Amino acid sequence: MDLIVQFSNVHKFFDGHEALKNINLAFNKGETTVILGPSGSGKSTLLRCINLLETPERGTLAIGDIIVDLSKPISKKERLAIRQNTAMVFQSFNLFPHMKVLQNVMEGPVTVLKEERAAAMEKGKRLLTKVGLSHKMDSYPSQLSGGQQQRVAIARALAMEPKFLLFDEPTSALDPELEGEVLKVLKDLSEEGKSMIIVTHNLSFAKEVADRILFLENGEVLFDGETKKFFDNKENDRIQSFIQSMQFI
Amino acid sequence: MSREMEIAIESFWPILKAGLAVTIPLSLLSFAIAMVIAVITALARMSNVSILRYVFGLYVWIFRGTPLLVQLFIVFFGLPNIGIVLDAWTASIITFSLNTGAYASESIRASILAIPKGQWEAAESLGMTYWQVLRRVIAPQTIRISLPPVTNDFIDLVKGTSLVASITLADMFMIGQQITARTYEPLLIYSLVAAIYLLFITVLTFVQGRLEKYASKYI
Repeated sequence: MDLIVQFSNVHKFFDGHEALKNINLAFNKGETTVILGPSGSGKSTLLRCINLLETPERGTLAIGDIIVDLSKPISKKERLAIRQNTAMVFQSFNLFPHMKVLQNVMEGPVTVLKEERAAAMEKGKRLLTKVGLSHKMDSYPSQLSGGQQQRVAIARALAMEPKFLLFDEPTSALDPELEGEVLKVLKDLSEEGKSMIIVTHNLSFAKEVADRILFLENGEVLFDGETKKFFDNKENDRIQSFIQSMQFI
Repeated sequence: MSREMEIAIESFWPILKAGLAVTIPLSLLSFAIAMVIAVITALARMSNVSILRYVFGLYVWIFRGTPLLVQLFIVFFGLPNIGIVLDAWTASIITFSLNTGAYASESIRASILAIPKGQWEAAESLGMTYWQVLRRVIAPQTIRISLPPVTNDFIDLVKGTSLVASITLADMFMIGQQITARTYEPLLIYSLVAAIYLLFITVLTFVQGRLEKYASKYI
């Protein structure tokens, strides 16, 4: 498999607290990776470091042939190049409230990728149909339910045609009834072979969709391997207790 | 008809005329310049270039920290001492633009800070540059949030222009003073002046309401 995202010796500090400790990881093309771990373990931070929404202080981040030495100041050009390869879906959706749904999806392609309006509109409509929201094209985000807003956010991310899709707890702000419609979209994308990295608390979803699980605690990777091995784990007490505690929720 | 009534009717048009000739154009022009200053100042004070933050912080500190009338006197009566002679119009426009710019910059800065961080993050993660984020995502939302406080600053400016009477400009207030000197009816004439200011502000408030409604259509 093609190697795409590579972390080497990455450290991230917040006010002296080490949020990520010497991370060495590679994320592969076509793979769905789910990052699990307790609150404060660094899983969101890790995800946000991939598109440099957080900037680690040390180490190297490589996406394809873009290699960034994190110990040096990062140029705007490098930052934009990294971001062009990724797209992020946030826990709180972060749709642009002043734009209608279709405009939200077209905004990246038109403003950043300089695509023709007509082509971007065509693509936007196609992606909204894909997430089941073609009938909401002309609505404002405030007129949509949380689940619908998150599906628009997914379409907005897809419109950038990124090599990697990043999801930061995409269903944590949704009630269980709406969670399902978003998870279904994620599952479809995974089955299409999209490269995805998902931070979530939903274990049953992770079990069903992930090709690979990362388990983080205190800024360190405690497990990195196949999904089945993670859930069948008998050796690591910490992972077992994590899985058990989640099942009572 | 009583004498007071006659004086009031006779005075109305001269005062209103001064409003149309001085108060309104002075307010509009100063406000337009002030808004440009305010946006630049707000962005500079949020920039990560420390010298910009310092210089524009100093500007706001000075113009918010000293009385408007004193500023007007320094510019009109004081600057000629160092060879800068300005006519009353120019001195007024400069002073009001800088003064309102300082206040409005804070209204705008507060409005930008009120926009959730997630908006910046979403736009940046699409790969937008700083200026693209500002123009496409932040500015349209800032306009809505800043309408009430910026209208406040504008209203303050309109009423503040009455100070130009003291540097020889024949605005509504100065015309009122002249009529009072002639008729000895200060209560009547100054109330009339006040009523015309109130009329102007009422129109402004109405416009604000319409603009807010328009800017909030996505809420």
